[in-house]
Amino acid sequence: MQRYSSVAIALHWLIAILIVGTFTLGLVMTDIPGLTPTKLRYFSWHKWAGVTVLALAALRLLWRLRSRPPAYPAHMPTWQRHAAHSLHGLLYVLMFAVPLSGYFYSLAAGVPVVYFGLFPLPVLIEADAALKPTLGALHYWLNMLLAALVAAHVLAAFKHLLLDRDGVMQRMLPFSTNKEFR
Amino acid sequence: MTPLRALLAAVFAAPLFAAAAAYAAPLKTDLAKSSVSATFKQMNVPVEAKFKTFTAQIDYDAAKPEASKAAVDIGTASMDLGDAEYNREVAKKEWFNTAQFPKATFVSTSIKPAGAGKLNVAGKLTIKGKTADVAFPLTVKADGKQQVFEGQLPIKRLAFNIGEGEWKDTSMVADEVVIKFRVTAGQ
Repeated sequence: MQRYSSVAIALHWLIAILIVGTFTLGLVMTDIPGLTPTKLRYFSWHKWAGVTVLALAALRLLWRLRSRPPAYPAHMPTWQRHAAHSLHGLLYVLMFAVPLSGYFYSLAAGVPVVYFGLFPLPVLIEADAALKPTLGALHYWLNMLLAALVAAHVLAAFKHLLLDRDGVMQRMLPFSTNKEFR
Repeated sequence: MTPLRALLAAVFAAPLFAAAAAYAAPLKTDLAKSSVSATFKQMNVPVEAKFKTFTAQIDYDAAKPEASKAAVDIGTASMDLGDAEYNREVAKKEWFNTAQFPKATFVSTSIKPAGAGKLNVAGKLTIKGKTADVAFPLTVKADGKQQVFEGQLPIKRLAFNIGEGEWKDTSMVADEVVIKFRVTAGQ
């Protein structure tokens, strides 16, 4: 079965690792009570990682537009193709929406993002105490939606690996060990 | 002078005396058009915190600027970082210790003219019980009947014990803090 291009595979896994890490850090840092240097450090790291996801998502979208992914296997029922396609589309939307909502949440809180503590990123909106809780809630719920969709994505991949045994999951694995699917 | 004339003279002269007295009295601060804030860098991110409560007394006569005096009182518990939880944290002992030191004060010791619309101010700044001599340039602009005094003063937070213990790490919160102020005052 035809594999994804190595660029698509690299971006998929890089973004996957960053999303899991940034999401976990987000939960950990918001659980730290009060104000500690560790908490502030985690907030900065979280924002840098989020901006990195956004940049990689933009690259990935460009790549996706100019390089078609391999076709679904012929045996897949139409509803599954639609489901897979919709899920992938939503994941693309959230790869942008989650970091952007966090970025604007930070701006509304009056804290601009300085990438790696070196590069000040554009301050697109003024600090806004009224908007801040709305953007905070939006960022949280978009993340919960992302977590649910990622769970569905992973379950579907394992369904292909263990139940269908159709090589769909192997197309995206970084190192193809199984010659059958090369 | 008849009693009537004396009375009339007193009535007409009273505003003159009042005006003369007003010159010696401090200007009235227009708090709605005044602000005091502190800008610090947290992991290189500039963050501005406003002080919601402060009073400013400025005694300024454009004709005699060297006779001017200024005093500012800032309520340390009124610092607003835009987050209620953080505001409670900076009121604690390792930051402003607002229970023991509710006010930060500035009192001028000398004000000297430094060209059109500019003054050089020196004075004593007291934060968290520590007093330091500070000097900074100040600009004065007339705005209708009011005067607008604007300036900024960079200080080192650790000189005033702002941020004790683990917060002494300046890679986290930089030592330099810029206090920005704008005081609008008039007769």
